[in-house]
Amino acid sequence: MNFDDLIQGFPDLTTTGLAQGSIYALVALGYTLVYGVLRLINFAHSEVFMFGTFAALWTWGLMGYDSNSTRPDLGTALLLILVSLVVASLFSGGVAMVVEAVAYRPLRKRNAPPLVFLISAIGASFVLAELMGAFTERRQQGIPGLLPGEPLFSAGGWTVYPLQLMTFVVALAVMFGLDWFVSKTRFGRGIRAVAQDADTAALMGVNKGRVIALVFLLGGLLAGVAAVFYSMKQGNTRFNVGFLIGLKAFSAAVLGGIGNLRGALLGGLLLGLVESYGAALFGSNWTNVIAFVVLLVLLMFRPTGLLGESLGRARA
Amino acid sequence: MTTETVKKQRWKLNLRDRFQDLPKPARIAAMVVFVVLLYLLPTKAFYENLGFPIPIGSGYLPFYTTGSDMAGVLFQCGYYILLALGLNVVLGYAGLLDLGFFGFFAVGAYTVALLTSPESKLITEYNWLESPWPWLVTVPIAIALAMLSGVLLGWPTLRLRGDYLAIVTLGFAEIIRIVAKNQDWILNGDRGIPSVGHPPGTWPDGEAIFDLEFTPYYWLVLTVIIAVIFLIRNLANSRVGRAWVAIREDEDAAELMGVPTFKFKLWAFAIGAAIGGLSGSLWAGQANFVNSNTFSLENSILVLAAVLLGGAGSIGGAILGGFIVIYLPEWLRSVGDVFGWPTQVEIAGIHIDVSPTSLRFVIFGALLIVVMIYRPQGLWPNRRRAAELKDRQKEVAPVE
Repeated sequence: MNFDDLIQGFPDLTTTGLAQGSIYALVALGYTLVYGVLRLINFAHSEVFMFGTFAALWTWGLMGYDSNSTRPDLGTALLLILVSLVVASLFSGGVAMVVEAVAYRPLRKRNAPPLVFLISAIGASFVLAELMGAFTERRQQGIPGLLPGEPLFSAGGWTVYPLQLMTFVVALAVMFGLDWFVSKTRFGRGIRAVAQDADTAALMGVNKGRVIALVFLLGGLLAGVAAVFYSMKQGNTRFNVGFLIGLKAFSAAVLGGIGNLRGALLGGLLLGLVESYGAALFGSNWTNVIAFVVLLVLLMFRPTGLLGESLGRARA
Repeated sequence: MTTETVKKQRWKLNLRDRFQDLPKPARIAAMVVFVVLLYLLPTKAFYENLGFPIPIGSGYLPFYTTGSDMAGVLFQCGYYILLALGLNVVLGYAGLLDLGFFGFFAVGAYTVALLTSPESKLITEYNWLESPWPWLVTVPIAIALAMLSGVLLGWPTLRLRGDYLAIVTLGFAEIIRIVAKNQDWILNGDRGIPSVGHPPGTWPDGEAIFDLEFTPYYWLVLTVIIAVIFLIRNLANSRVGRAWVAIREDEDAAELMGVPTFKFKLWAFAIGAAIGGLSGSLWAGQANFVNSNTFSLENSILVLAAVLLGGAGSIGGAILGGFIVIYLPEWLRSVGDVFGWPTQVEIAGIHIDVSPTSLRFVIFGALLIVVMIYRPQGLWPNRRRAAELKDRQKEVAPVE
């Protein structure tokens, strides 16, 4: 226990925690969306995220920036990030839809029990991770530093780096966009209807298959966005990065109440903060244990999460 | 009319029914012959006397793995089969999805390592033990500790829904691995614990039976497997086994009928964990060295794949599955050596490792999906469970 580190580093720990939490929240939204509609833990979502990190890496590589290049100027950097955001989220979204079509849709047609879905998901997750592993020779790949490494501003002990601010702002913006999409648009109404009662929704003329595909696409898009920021923060990626991020994002989703969109945001940010403080308190070796312990304790006392589950009942 | 039904019945008789129809002495004799065959498997002379065509030079034999020591592969199959049998109790009988089953293996292995190694910190630093204990004494302790950790993990989590349970158990295995990796206090982190004790016994000429040669270990694990099979069979046919099946089919209904579901789920967890711990202690007895790298998540998934490919809820299935997941990649590798399967291909300047051992998780992942879609009951299914799945399929599936 090291309380001095916690108190002295509190502002820094808070900003890093929030930035990391935003990434968790974005991935957690993917779990929550699918869970809300299908009552299924999309195990392969972590690999969808991992594919996003590689899509970003390759995009930058094609545009002439790899881990050895010098830092570009701000305008170029923003352009690079924008392009990679588009490419990575489309790529991740595509992968997510393929997973749905190959691993889940045939099972839905056969009315398989939930366990069978989960196992098929684990299979899909392994295929994706190991294919990427074979393709990249299981090596860690460096990612170029794009945004300036100097603090953006600092006031009263609070230092904010450009990447942290950008991660947080983009995550919030995407989150509000999703919230609007689900609560206001025609497609969003379809999603909520299927989440509430799939069969009745189908009788009312909602195309269930299309809604489910859409939900996977949305989750994939968000994972792609998260992947870009994660790669920039981490500075490298590997074929097995998805596993830990996926587990933590899932924990975040459960923390906030799985199936609840706002819960995913809250849970993600909270988990990021808890992890950041916990790492200062117990040493950074134990960061990963903290997330699981939080999840375990929470499930024991409040299995429906902080904000309660359900995509259908809540307005969002 | 009557002849037709008789014919139809005869046609429906499959291998299992035919075997059941044999007189009892014949069945026992067949079993004994089969078991003797199993004991002979690792000896090369056995294959040569069977009259298989043996190409001179490459030393290739149809079932033999040339890429690695056959007895070693069989021993590995053995402890995976034990793990699969343990997970089969948890997943196949009681229907609880445990994704961190390898954690119990780790508990068993570490217990044996800590108590039998002269370099364990229990002896060198803390003086809790005078001298290392013999391997045989530590095995029951390893089993008991694994069982205890199963109960400790099950107590809070078994009240959760199935899919949450999966995540929590996954987290548990990860915690065990990280704890083993990070803490120096007793488990010695990545450096691990060397010179773990071997099982006891000497040949008539005074040489230790259990040393570097794999064959005695294979015989040991085979014997243990046979004992465990009897244990599980009797359990499954007892009141406990019936309670498990009731819980798997419908937990609420079972509870209403007076089955104390929580208690029996906890029992399933504990028994599964005990078998996992036993497997871990056997492995540690051979491996001589234990550190945190052995206990990655992939192993848990491999065991899961073994149970599900073979057929959850069926002992034969678990054995078949455990055998397939280890033996197949090794065998493919030696076939590859003989017939020239490339270990690497080059696509657009990128080298891709395509050896069967490297691609085995891709293959098993794909196999899991395909099996779940087309044969969710597994390759060697339990009849009752297959019927449950079929029932569900017949229920009106919502129109897409």
